[in-house]
Amino acid sequence: MMSSENKNHSKDEQPDRRQFIKGASCVIGAAIGAVPMAAGVRVVLSPLVDKEAAEGGAMIRLGDLGDLEAGVPMKFAIVADKSDKWTRYKDVPVGAVYLVKQKEGAEEPVVAFNTVCPHLGCFVDYRKDKQDFFCPCHDSNFALNGKLKNGVSPRGMDTLIVELRNTTEVWVKFQSFKANSKNKIAIS
Amino acid sequence: MQRLKQLYDWLDNRTGIKEHLREVLFETVPGGSRWRYVWGSTLTFTLMIQFITGIFLWMGYSASGQTSWESVHYIQEHMTGGHFLRGLHHWTAQVMTVLLVLHLMQVVIDGAYKAPREINFWFGIILLQLVLALSLTGYLLPWDQKGYWATKVATDIMGSTPLIGETMKQLVLGGADYGHHTLTRFFALHAGILPLSVIGLTVGHIYLFRRHGLTPKKPIKKADEFFWPEQVLKDSVACLAVLVTILVLHFAFNGAHLDAPADPSSAYPARPDWYFLFLFQFLKYFPGHWEVLGAVVLPGIAMTLVFLMPIIGKSERGHRFNIGLLFGILAFAGILTFLAVNADRNNPTYIASKEQAAREAAIVKELAENGIPPEGALALLQGPKLFAQHCASCHTHGGENGLGNPVEPSAPDLKGFASREYLTELLHPERFMSAKFFGKTAHAKKSKMYDFLQDEFDGIDDDKDMRADMDLLIKAISAEAKLASQSKVDLEDREAIMKGRELFDEIGCIDCHALGGWNAEDYSAPDLTGYGSREWMLGIVHDPEHERFYGKKNDRMPAFGKDEKLTRRQMERIVDWLRGE
Repeated sequence: MMSSENKNHSKDEQPDRRQFIKGASCVIGAAIGAVPMAAGVRVVLSPLVDKEAAEGGAMIRLGDLGDLEAGVPMKFAIVADKSDKWTRYKDVPVGAVYLVKQKEGAEEPVVAFNTVCPHLGCFVDYRKDKQDFFCPCHDSNFALNGKLKNGVSPRGMDTLIVELRNTTEVWVKFQSFKANSKNKIAIS
Repeated sequence: MQRLKQLYDWLDNRTGIKEHLREVLFETVPGGSRWRYVWGSTLTFTLMIQFITGIFLWMGYSASGQTSWESVHYIQEHMTGGHFLRGLHHWTAQVMTVLLVLHLMQVVIDGAYKAPREINFWFGIILLQLVLALSLTGYLLPWDQKGYWATKVATDIMGSTPLIGETMKQLVLGGADYGHHTLTRFFALHAGILPLSVIGLTVGHIYLFRRHGLTPKKPIKKADEFFWPEQVLKDSVACLAVLVTILVLHFAFNGAHLDAPADPSSAYPARPDWYFLFLFQFLKYFPGHWEVLGAVVLPGIAMTLVFLMPIIGKSERGHRFNIGLLFGILAFAGILTFLAVNADRNNPTYIASKEQAAREAAIVKELAENGIPPEGALALLQGPKLFAQHCASCHTHGGENGLGNPVEPSAPDLKGFASREYLTELLHPERFMSAKFFGKTAHAKKSKMYDFLQDEFDGIDDDKDMRADMDLLIKAISAEAKLASQSKVDLEDREAIMKGRELFDEIGCIDCHALGGWNAEDYSAPDLTGYGSREWMLGIVHDPEHERFYGKKNDRMPAFGKDEKLTRRQMERIVDWLRGE
């Protein structure tokens, strides 16, 4: 009686054991493969986790009122300190602006535009013959006051904060804005 | 579940995957599954870890003389999970070397290299060498001291090979000297050519293994089994154990080590990684022109003998010779490794160099926290190095020479110079003449400044008004330095700074020191306009005897610029470092 019971028992155990071994192999295999994969994916996702401090936003002196001609856009390179991952740069080009001196008596003596197209970030040209700003990528063009004349850009050119110091020094707060959005949203 | 099965059938219909899987899983294992057959699988597993972690590391690595160390440091210290990723890659490489030896031992002992498996054995030996080449090339990529010097020795050995050596070396380095192309070439080898070769040979290795089947350990005692699931479980458990070992090593050693950036000007004891130490030790016994014997000829003969094992092992006697040869090589390598480690452990010069290297690594890593200049992290170390060489015979930096070695000062300590904390200590009646500041200078004999502090600020610790006055003065003087670390508080405390300047006049500092203009009464003491600023400090290093600084009262400070002891660039490096920039 005893022996027959034992025999039955061991017969039942065999498929169970096999099932267990199969399951364990799969689980262990998946687990050990997941470790290096997860370690790598975690690093790839680090830009989403490690938020870098936004730079820019400092007032930069660009020139003198006397350097500008009323109604004629002048391009100025923005040279500033910049961090790129591990490197800390001193005085490198980070962008450009157009300064447009307004006519005598205007509310704002100088208007500044970021040269980047609000559509998809191309560099907008000033066309002297047509008296407008023109984006060579998708043909948006803007009036000299920055308003969208026609084209695919969702908004007009981005104005920047200008300050006159000591009556003639032109200082600009250089900022970048979110591309392809109806609203002007500062991203630096 | 039903859906899954349908999908599987759909896939099988188009690819024949079931058949392939059956072939893979239902391979016969003669005599049943055994633990001794797991080594090949563990190696495949470690190889997989290296491919995965390597590709992810690649996304953050930048191969060039100014960015290799910097990008590795950035991965390790600034990217979430980067420390673990690099640790995993590094320690898997170490474990892999051990597994290679274990796999080779199992193959040789079991005679798995015998006909018809010779070619597969040769594939294996080439794979072994490719993996060692991966280790060697990977060792250089962080471009730190350890990798740089070790690789220099390795490539110089290569260069000493008769006839082809020098050409080979130039090809590997991408020129006559170490530089950008050494790194790009090593990186292309490490992440491109070698891994592709390893994949190709591994596919061949596994194909041939499957073709000839497993070499069972004799005598066979159990019934045959399929590979799945018994052997698969054993393999998985072994891989798990390998992974656990890697993780334990990673956590025990706190990831992968990164030395200071490669610096051709510093003394660093070059040592290869542990698995090449025996070859390094071996070279010590071959002086002069005999070196090629130890570096190339004898290791070459040993490798050839290993290569010929399938032919030597045709007879039982040859097989026993092979086992003896393998154990002989391993024992010999073991003894040499022990001798190398032991020699270093008892070598005070080696230990001191290693400790100094560790201190420099810590310093450069701390400085790198504020960002690295485009010239690379090595430039960060130039400030403290120049300070140690030219300034630390008198001045100290936090009681040290700038490179972490304690020294006795005979001139003021300059750590945090011109900062509020620094001035708070300096302008204390009991601290001014301490050894940390002017106590060991010629000013100790007679100092109007010391007398002034005694007269005006004795008991400052107990007198709140006195303390408040001094704090205003300190804010005003410290603001002159325009320290980056204080830019925020200087802006916030504009009013206090203005008050401090007024007090500077009222209290009589202006009698000797100028501040904010050429406005002192008699200029008998240094001009404090721009005190601690970059320009001011460059000025005093240039010529401390200038009337703006100490004039004739200068104690021993050399005129580094005026007398052309240091270049302008060198002085800037020291000053920028002192100012924390």
